Amino acid sequence: MSTPDLVANAVVKRFAEHVAVDSLSFSVERGSFFSILGPSGCGKTTLLRMIAGFIAPDAGDIAIGGKSMRDVAPNRRPVNMVFQQLALFPMMSVGENVAFGLARRGVAKTERTARSSAMLERVGLGNAADKRVDELSGGQRQRVAIARSLVLEPTLLLLDEPLGALDLKLREHMKIELKQLQASFGTTFVYITHDQSEALVLSDHVGVMSHGRFEQLGTPQDLYYRPQTPFVAGFVGANNRIVGRTTNADGTVAEITTADGWIVRALKTGAIAVGDAVEVYVRPEVAILARSANELPPSQPHHSGEVQSVLFDGANSAVLLGESRTRREFRIALPQTGQFSDLRPREKVVFSFDPARAVCFPARAGAAGQDA
Amino acid sequence: MPDTAMEARWHARLGLGLLLAPALLWLGALIILPHVDLAVLSFRERVGPRQYVASLAQYKTFFAEPLYWHVFLRTAIMSVIATMLTLLLAFPIAWIIAKLARGRAGSLLFIVCLIPFWVSETVRTLGWMILLRESGVLPALLVKLGITAMPVELLYRDATILVGLVYTSLLFMVVPLVSSLESLDNALIEAAYDLGANGFAILRRIVIPHAAPGITAGCIVVFMLTLGNYLTPTLLGGKNSQWFTEQIYTQFITRFNWEQGAAFGFLLLALSTALVILGLRISGQRFGDVMRQT
Repeated sequence: MSTPDLVANAVVKRFAEHVAVDSLSFSVERGSFFSILGPSGCGKTTLLRMIAGFIAPDAGDIAIGGKSMRDVAPNRRPVNMVFQQLALFPMMSVGENVAFGLARRGVAKTERTARSSAMLERVGLGNAADKRVDELSGGQRQRVAIARSLVLEPTLLLLDEPLGALDLKLREHMKIELKQLQASFGTTFVYITHDQSEALVLSDHVGVMSHGRFEQLGTPQDLYYRPQTPFVAGFVGANNRIVGRTTNADGTVAEITTADGWIVRALKTGAIAVGDAVEVYVRPEVAILARSANELPPSQPHHSGEVQSVLFDGANSAVLLGESRTRREFRIALPQTGQFSDLRPREKVVFSFDPARAVCFPARAGAAGQDA
Repeated sequence: MPDTAMEARWHARLGLGLLLAPALLWLGALIILPHVDLAVLSFRERVGPRQYVASLAQYKTFFAEPLYWHVFLRTAIMSVIATMLTLLLAFPIAWIIAKLARGRAGSLLFIVCLIPFWVSETVRTLGWMILLRESGVLPALLVKLGITAMPVELLYRDATILVGLVYTSLLFMVVPLVSSLESLDNALIEAAYDLGANGFAILRRIVIPHAAPGITAGCIVVFMLTLGNYLTPTLLGGKNSQWFTEQIYTQFITRFNWEQGAAFGFLLLALSTALVILGLRISGQRFGDVMRQT
């Protein structure tokens, strides 16, 4: 196995009283797409800027391509960054932007021009070299920013929420383009985002970050299907959150009763005993919706509810129910069969879910009283 | 109907005219008229008591008499040097105010630059004289420190004139530089650094191209102020200063030769215009962009 392109070892960064990055260790394999996913203020930008070298860690070490980056200035690191607002140089043409890094390395002018136009060709902007930066569209600028970094053949390409400034349609398009670019160049990408869909679609591995620490590090599938903490379950993908206390903790599945008496069953994650406050997470697509109880799998506990609203969104359509006894909100994804296309508010329905595909965690401090 | 519409339009025009009147009056009465009058003066020659003929004699005198065009050239060169020195000194100050000092510290530094201008230029220049004259503060200090055996006269030297001119002009360079540097996105500097540029390359390829309109604006203002300065060269340079504005003053006031003075005035105007155009050409800036920075 080759050495990982990026290794962080117990990296710490504090700003006055606030710990931005709290003793973080991880490694990123060569050629992989690694995302750091977290809400704003979780420390992901600080982490990225430490990898780029703009700020120095208070403790710990970052190694890139097997070499420690301690006391190595940003302009000497084998790392390049795509900035959030792209930071293309408005005083230069597109070609000069791409050739900027090569010029700083002392590459001769003819070779510089050849390499930068070859790179622009690869990102599909072969005829844009003489254009001014402000003549390009948002997506084209994105590609110039990536080309400007990749032409230097960095060990690591850092991307700081580069899709944040784009409108939705373009963002969806650029997501696919980024993944294809990464696959064709084979460069290791470290990508930070607060958009879980970007992280899931693009990455080989994702680190979910909160308060300066990784809550969970794994493949997108791991995060989605096997969240290890309530934060990950709540942050990655849509989820129904039910708060209650354990009334039966025998075996792998626990029975949880909410304060107002709704009983649900879910797979235990972590140490859970009878009487513990827990959080249950049920994905909208795990629950099965039916008009009568005999259409539901007999092996699963049945629940009943009343339709509050139908959220039509093509393939992502869902229905919001109120559980009949407690009026708690519960979201269920609608199947694509069109079976429920005539569903109306205030209609009585039944639903069930496989307890093995729902998860429950010991409640986080301070979170027990809140309802999702 | 058409009558009221026409009346309304006439009212609008009257309103606009009245609003512009003070500016137009100022421009016409205090700038254009005197210049026209001076232009006429400069192109005539006195042939007898109250007898004048149109001639180029005043301009011929300028080129025929070496003293005049020597002083003229010297003033131009010294002004260019003073402008360059001001730029070199003001750039780091502006950089600190715009990029390094945060919040209150930035405005505080700006005020520190501004405070000397609360005092009139004459008083400030006299302050320099107190510091620099033979019996002044600095020569006494030099003797005390054992650097010189006797107090030296620091006034009436070219370097002294330059010090005074740079000091007087500094703020007019700092202001446009700060505003143009403040608009430079820090991410551009970081991006250049990230792409392998060192400090010098960032300055040359990113900072200076971005700040070019501000630099040019500051240089134009400082150059014009310096070229037309009378007080500082006269007080700090004394008889040796040989500043062209003194020649103009002498013609008008001492010799009552208004024709010659007017011609000198127009030559100075032509010089500053020519050098500003040259400066814009060299830096590749457009006048409109530059003026927006001042």
